Amino acid sequence: MARHIVASTSEIPPGGNKVVDVAGRDIVVFHVNGEFFALLNRCPHEGAPLEKAACVARLTSPEPGVYERSRVGEMLRCPWHGWEFDMRNGQSWFDPKRVKIRSYPVAVERGDELEKGPYVAETFPVHVEDSYVIVEV
Amino acid sequence: MSEVIDRPLLEEEKTATTRLRIVDCDVHPSLRSTDDLNEFLPKRWQQHLREYGSHLRTPYLFTTPYPRSSPLIARRDAWPPTGGVPGSDLAFMQKQHLDPLDVEFGILQVLDLFIFSQQNLEFGAAIQRAINDWQLAFWSHRDPRLKASILVGQDGVDLAIAEIERCAKIGEYIQINVSPRANEPLGRRRYWPIYERAQELDLPLGIHVGGYGGHPPTGGGWPSYYVEEHQSNAHTIAAQLASLVIEGVPERFPRLKIVFIEGGFGWIPSAVWRMDQHFERFRSEVPHLKRKPSEYVRENFWFTTQPIDEPDEARHLRALIEWVGIDRLLFSSDYPHWDFDDPRFAFKTPLTEAERRKIFSTNARAVYKF
Ligand code: FES
Repeated sequence: MARHIVASTSEIPPGGNKVVDVAGRDIVVFHVNGEFFALLNRCPHEGAPLEKAACVARLTSPEPGVYERSRVGEMLRCPWHGWEFDMRNGQSWFDPKRVKIRSYPVAVERGDELEKGPYVAETFPVHVEDSYVIVEV
Repeated sequence: MSEVIDRPLLEEEKTATTRLRIVDCDVHPSLRSTDDLNEFLPKRWQQHLREYGSHLRTPYLFTTPYPRSSPLIARRDAWPPTGGVPGSDLAFMQKQHLDPLDVEFGILQVLDLFIFSQQNLEFGAAIQRAINDWQLAFWSHRDPRLKASILVGQDGVDLAIAEIERCAKIGEYIQINVSPRANEPLGRRRYWPIYERAQELDLPLGIHVGGYGGHPPTGGGWPSYYVEEHQSNAHTIAAQLASLVIEGVPERFPRLKIVFIEGGFGWIPSAVWRMDQHFERFRSEVPHLKRKPSEYVRENFWFTTQPIDEPDEARHLRALIEWVGIDRLLFSSDYPHWDFDDPRFAFKTPLTEAERRKIFSTNARAVYKF
């Protein structure tokens, strides 16, 4: 597995995403509450582009009429039929054993730390004073 | 006998290597704004639309009683980058849908202004006429893949017939669309002049789900949730199928072709089995029916595929398709709505190449004569 620098952290605003081509794969990187998540940009159901998904909260209900929101922004709702996935691991909420989006490990590292490793940065120059999002594929 | 069932596969259709171009029987274009209609709508009705809005048996102007899962029931990726609402930008529709999915023909299904549910019949007729003209000017003439339908509401039968005649003379429309929920069940005799004219003109009757026509969406009344209401499309179509068949429409108009659009098809076997079973017992109540209900269904009716029910086991979907009949199904995507089906992934069960050709192309080509 190689590590790829895909963006500087400032490039993906909170709640936003960036689509990157890593080793021929269409990957989408989301920025949620200070964390980054990388997933294949393709819904396992009928293939919708997940870059257009809504980042929503987990909504649960212990009984009719009572609603609880949690993990705000961490659930991904497919732009077509609305299937929901956990951004942390790509698992579907309704059938986690069988249906999931391929997800990839993500790290955020400072430019001065990056100097040492075997990284692949394809698209832009790296400055030591910035932080970068690294996806492992 | 149905020309579709009996139509042999052409030689080139049998080979897996020939490219399968798709006929999509349900594509939704939208008005960018009601001003688009101005050139087709007399001043009197433009003003009426501005001052009074729609005449619907729904609670608020330009709304439906239920939220629709996503704004304008649209895919989140279908909003044109140029602004405007999903389905309103031809160039974007071509780029996102028609070109990449290799759509050979797309049949336009207009839902704007809840055209069939207008209770002011003259106003309804005026906007039907405007929308029929707009379909040609804004869509079919700019992309010949896109085929227009003659939209008429059947509760103003005389107005509907006049509009059918006007459009039929133009000669570019490929079906006549009527309401899925008119004031009365669709088999009623008062609507027969429309069916008679459709048969004479050899234009299929298209019935796309949606709207209320003043009826609650389910036979049990008004549901609480959208997900609950969404089921009702199937019940409504099942009720209309029964009405049309049992009141004798296909018996009276044996060459009439009726296409139910966006009602899905999972409910068909039980509806048809039940009709047949009861027909055996109650023949004397409906002596005008000369044949079993299932025979009329297999010869006069077609069903578009979306939304496809997705059973856990692929073989169940396969069995369902066989029960309904490979010849009865016409592919539809419902672009750009949220429950859009992608033709490459929608059928989660194995189909042979010949079956794919029928569902994705040749059935529709035979019904609509492309
Ligand atoms: S394509 Fe994502 S839910 Fe259907």
